[in-house]
Amino acid sequence: MADEETKQDQPDNPTPLRRPGEGVPPPPQGERPGVVSDVVALGAGLKTTLQEFFRPVVTTMYPEDKTPRSERYRGRHYLRRYDNGLERCIGCELCAAACPVGCILVVAAENTDEKRVSPGERYAKTYEINMLRCIFCGYCEDACPVQAIVLGPEYELSDTSREKFIYTKERLLEPLPPDVQARLNDKASGTGTTPPHADPPHRAGR
Amino acid sequence: MNDLYNNAVGHWVIVTIAIALLLFTVLTATAYTVWFERVALGRIQRRPGPNRVGPFGLMQLAADGVKLAFKESFIPAKTDKVVYVVAPAIAVAAAFLSWAVIPIGLWYDVQYWIADLNIGILLIFAFSSLNVYAIVLGGYSSNNKYSLLGGLRSAAQLISYEMALGLALVPTFMIVGSLRLQDIVEYTVTWGPYHGPLPLIILTPVGFVIYLMAAVAETNRAPFDLPEAEQELIGGFLTEYSGLKFVMYYLAEYVNMITVSALAALLFFGGWYLWIVPPVLAFLGKVVLFLFLYIWLRGTFPRLRYDMLMRLGWKVLLPLAIANVVVTGIVLVALQG
Ligand code: SF4
Ligand code: SF4
Repeated sequence: MADEETKQDQPDNPTPLRRPGEGVPPPPQGERPGVVSDVVALGAGLKTTLQEFFRPVVTTMYPEDKTPRSERYRGRHYLRRYDNGLERCIGCELCAAACPVGCILVVAAENTDEKRVSPGERYAKTYEINMLRCIFCGYCEDACPVQAIVLGPEYELSDTSREKFIYTKERLLEPLPPDVQARLNDKASGTGTTPPHADPPHRAGR
Repeated sequence: MNDLYNNAVGHWVIVTIAIALLLFTVLTATAYTVWFERVALGRIQRRPGPNRVGPFGLMQLAADGVKLAFKESFIPAKTDKVVYVVAPAIAVAAAFLSWAVIPIGLWYDVQYWIADLNIGILLIFAFSSLNVYAIVLGGYSSNNKYSLLGGLRSAAQLISYEMALGLALVPTFMIVGSLRLQDIVEYTVTWGPYHGPLPLIILTPVGFVIYLMAAVAETNRAPFDLPEAEQELIGGFLTEYSGLKFVMYYLAEYVNMITVSALAALLFFGGWYLWIVPPVLAFLGKVVLFLFLYIWLRGTFPRLRYDMLMRLGWKVLLPLAIANVVVTGIVLVALQG
């Protein structure tokens, strides 16, 4: 009775069984290692570790020493200004649309002749990035038509409260570090050492 | 001093002070053994080890101790509470009690000990066997399969290595004719023009090798740290322990490590005798050397599989130890007529 049941449970084409001796690797050739060679092997291991003991330490003593970063490193964001002091950002919200995690908030306002903040028609009245959500993908930088938002080299962003991770416009408008400036100059002249993105950020299906 | 010592009250005062002093010494030594191990293991892996707290990271242990002491004293549900709490205490007590009979050589005829027993080494074995109760009970009472497995492994490991360990030392006693550790260190031979203390390793090299391997298994250290076995058993008997109870097990492990190192120095390397080196330095140096050896082994060898450990214990070390005893006996009888 029980046998019949199990027979029914079996699939029509069970995996074929291995015949005796099939697929078994041949027994190793040559002599088995003896006690002496075993002890020699143990000694070799001890010698290796002792040699390592006397070789110099390879640890980088962070935070006193730091390893070099790539010049394309994507750290915290900066908002750029033109040389005449006007903000580049025109409040188009393309960066917010491109952001895969939706951590950018842009509220635009109209420029007037009395109060001109950016050369365009509009400017960003509010510009906030939630750094806790940001994945530092750099899509915002790619999306921006006027290259207003860029990612800088800083990666030490730890802080003591969640609120402090909402980077406001004032913080983002801080002057660019020189190496970011150099990278952007390279990009503008088109002859730079920085290669363009291999695959442009796809925005399909958003 | 003698008058005071013979007076009943004075005797206890002196003994209490001596015990306190010894506890302080061993605890300090343990703390710096942990530091030494972390630095040495780090160097083997080409990293510096602890180097932030205090000069050369020497205060790291104080920081760790404070951190662990302030952790929540957590007892998991459905544990056998009394046993769960008592087990780590057994481990620490057993580890420290061995030091009652271990003489610390300060000068040629000045040693520091609590009890001058003529069966000293037997007492040490008795207490080191108690350590397994701590592990088995801790593993059993945790009500966790990993802990239980760790505890059972510890018991099996102990019975297979305790005998080899004991038998490895029997030739030493046969040659010296005493179980008192001081006598073993002071063992002198007249051998041609030479008259003086002789490191017993020259007479019992096989015993020393067996002792070395069995002692690693006895202290549950890598490559024989099967009761802990982080990779297969999470942490073995330690899985459910945290805070100060964890510290107790940890402490016991390192005290045991110092104990077996000190015993190796005393039993096989002439204790505090080393040419013209001041005895206290010679003793310390030998112990540190053995500690380094244990750390070096840990930094080099992967953990043995369980059946390999058993095979090594029962099929290699035990017969070798018995043969060693028999051969030593025959040689001794032949020499003495
Ligand atoms: S780097 Fe990426 S995740 Fe961060 S703000 Fe820009 S688009 Fe959003
Ligand atoms: S940063 Fe660039 S993309 Fe974002 S709103 Fe400003 S101009 Fe538009």
